[in-house]
Amino acid sequence: MRRLTRDRIISIILILPSVLCIALFVYGFIGYTVFVSFTKWSGQLIPDYTVVGLSNYQRLFDINDVAGQRFLKDLSNTAWFTVLFLIATIVIGFLLAVLLDQRIRAEGLFRNIYLFPIAISFIVTGVVWRWMLAPGTEATGAAGVNLLLERLGLGFLKSGWYTDPSIGIKAVVIAATWQMSGYTMALYLAGLRSIPDELREAARVDGASEFQIYRYVVIPLLWPITLSAVIILGHISLKIFDLIVAMTGPGTGFSTDVPALFMFDTTFRGNQFAQGASIAIVLLLMVAVLVVPYLSYSSRREAER
Amino acid sequence: MSRSKRWLSVAGSLLIIGSVVLSACQPAAPAVSQKLEFFSWWTAGGEAEGLNGMYEVYKAENPGIEIVNATVAGGAGTNAKAVLATRLTGGDPPDSFQVHAGLEVQTYAPEQYLEPLDDLYASEGWDKVFPSDLLTLLKYQDHYWSVPVNIHRSNVLWYNKKVLEDNGLEPAKTFDEFFAAADTLKAKGIIPLVMGTKDGWEAGHVFEDVLAGTLGADAYRGLWTGATPWTDAKVTQALENYKRMLSYVNEDNSALTWDGAGQYLIDGQGAMMIMGDWTAGWFASKKYADYGWAPPPGTQGIFVALSDSFALPKGAKNRDSALGWLKVSGSQDGQEAFNPKKGSICARTDCANDAFKTVPETYEYLTSAAQDWQRDQIVPSVVHGAASFESWATEYKDIIALFVQSGDVAGTQKSLQQACVNAGICK
Repeated sequence: MRRLTRDRIISIILILPSVLCIALFVYGFIGYTVFVSFTKWSGQLIPDYTVVGLSNYQRLFDINDVAGQRFLKDLSNTAWFTVLFLIATIVIGFLLAVLLDQRIRAEGLFRNIYLFPIAISFIVTGVVWRWMLAPGTEATGAAGVNLLLERLGLGFLKSGWYTDPSIGIKAVVIAATWQMSGYTMALYLAGLRSIPDELREAARVDGASEFQIYRYVVIPLLWPITLSAVIILGHISLKIFDLIVAMTGPGTGFSTDVPALFMFDTTFRGNQFAQGASIAIVLLLMVAVLVVPYLSYSSRREAER
Repeated sequence: MSRSKRWLSVAGSLLIIGSVVLSACQPAAPAVSQKLEFFSWWTAGGEAEGLNGMYEVYKAENPGIEIVNATVAGGAGTNAKAVLATRLTGGDPPDSFQVHAGLEVQTYAPEQYLEPLDDLYASEGWDKVFPSDLLTLLKYQDHYWSVPVNIHRSNVLWYNKKVLEDNGLEPAKTFDEFFAAADTLKAKGIIPLVMGTKDGWEAGHVFEDVLAGTLGADAYRGLWTGATPWTDAKVTQALENYKRMLSYVNEDNSALTWDGAGQYLIDGQGAMMIMGDWTAGWFASKKYADYGWAPPPGTQGIFVALSDSFALPKGAKNRDSALGWLKVSGSQDGQEAFNPKKGSICARTDCANDAFKTVPETYEYLTSAAQDWQRDQIVPSVVHGAASFESWATEYKDIIALFVQSGDVAGTQKSLQQACVNAGICK
């Protein structure tokens, strides 16, 4: 063991408060939540720590139980949302970045226009898109985007958007993508700028077409950026709450519901604390599946350097 | 680090440390002879105005007592409830706090943390001025735990007078009449029943009125006490009625909140809406007066009620002030000061109609509701915390939200029965 020099003591003292705070307020409470999820605390604000094992989790995955019906729907919604949202933001963000990278005029202006939506809170985005995608009714006429489509002679494209249970959460992806693709654009733009021109030149000299340059040189070099984008956007989409609350609520037959909303309802509206804790833990595990491999991968890479 | 920057950071840290130390040594607030500290999340709009009216009454009767509302704003009391729980369990309760009248009080483990108010009810004569149905509703484990200050009605069918008249229709009294009227309206391109379900509770709200309308007051009440089984054929009938009703609803209901949907009614594009009586205040705020109201199909003579009340925690520091507050809450003066502004009616049956003239826009509706309050059978609303525990009410709400899409009568009835079992009421 290394000797405790004065410098080491000081550094330990300096980090101690934050280590203690994080240990207690982050990991301590995660531990407490895990514990609560095994109890039968429900209904009263006063804790009931009778341990009931896994029954709260069993309810979540029981299709004959209303909690299960809602939660399984939530899981499929989350899967749809995450996959579509990741694909859409990454593809659109990449295309925007490539366009901006063509040394166009007023690049700064366009960059800011695309980037601005991420400065808006999800609540605002949600409220605005709720209005825009509200379908109207047959009796009162179309509204929002539907009205626009109708006026453009594209009436056949009209749909119920998020009010149609078969579309549901996929309509919310539109709003989320609108907000976050500027962010992936910024990531990719930084990545594109860091690729040395010599590499492209060399490829051109070897007779590669522009498409081949992107396919075999640029995109592979941007791989680390894509990975970060997947991690950052992925954990946002798994935990999404504010956008859903503002835009759609739980939706027809929970077609736009997500686990975070279910957790809030169960815990703070229904006072079913143990059940809410079990949802929180499943949510934590889902995010951990995404984030933990990334953390270990990046720390290993840093160690190699 | 340059010299000046280092100084700056040292000064900054000193400032932070200093302020922490100072706040820790802050002397206790100067002792006021008398204080009333309570929790109410009526902090905005007509609710706050009504509460101020009650303050006036209280101050006149209890001069020199400082009133402190220690609530935490926001979230329909959700945030405040969490703080309240901490204070109750931590032995530092406020002197009084707001709670929905009825079984919501179970959330606070009354036998452990609240004082029963049976003596106060007797000495103030409340067991005579509150309707007996309400008194039954207020009892939990054979004691009164809170004092109701107002009453809202859940089962009101609002309609656009002109639209119904133009089509030669009367507000429907039975489900058959309702469906016939709805067919007429639909053929004319008018939305028969407007509904907004965005926030997830509205569908459950309408269904509780359908339940009461199909089962009748006694059987409906029995659903929440275990006397009526959820497997009953009448519950099946209620679900069938509701399913048919939903076919007359605007298709974009999940995009709208209840007031968003109400706009269709105001604009004459929709004809009827089933919603609680806060709608009257909302119509007034929209400067809309051409509306009528009736009980929804089947609920003539039934008043589906919800109510706010105040409770007394054990170990309240200013118990006497709190008792004074509860007396005002239950008194005629207090309720007449509060309710016209809040847009609700008195829980007492002896409030004067004249008191409601202060807000002329809702006078007509509120006085007619007050009349019904005195003669109707009173049953509790489930969505608004009166009929059942909150955990049960949440499950009920989710089941109905699923039903709106699936239309699966048998499956939904099974789930409703299961929710009753989960709540420990049904076997």
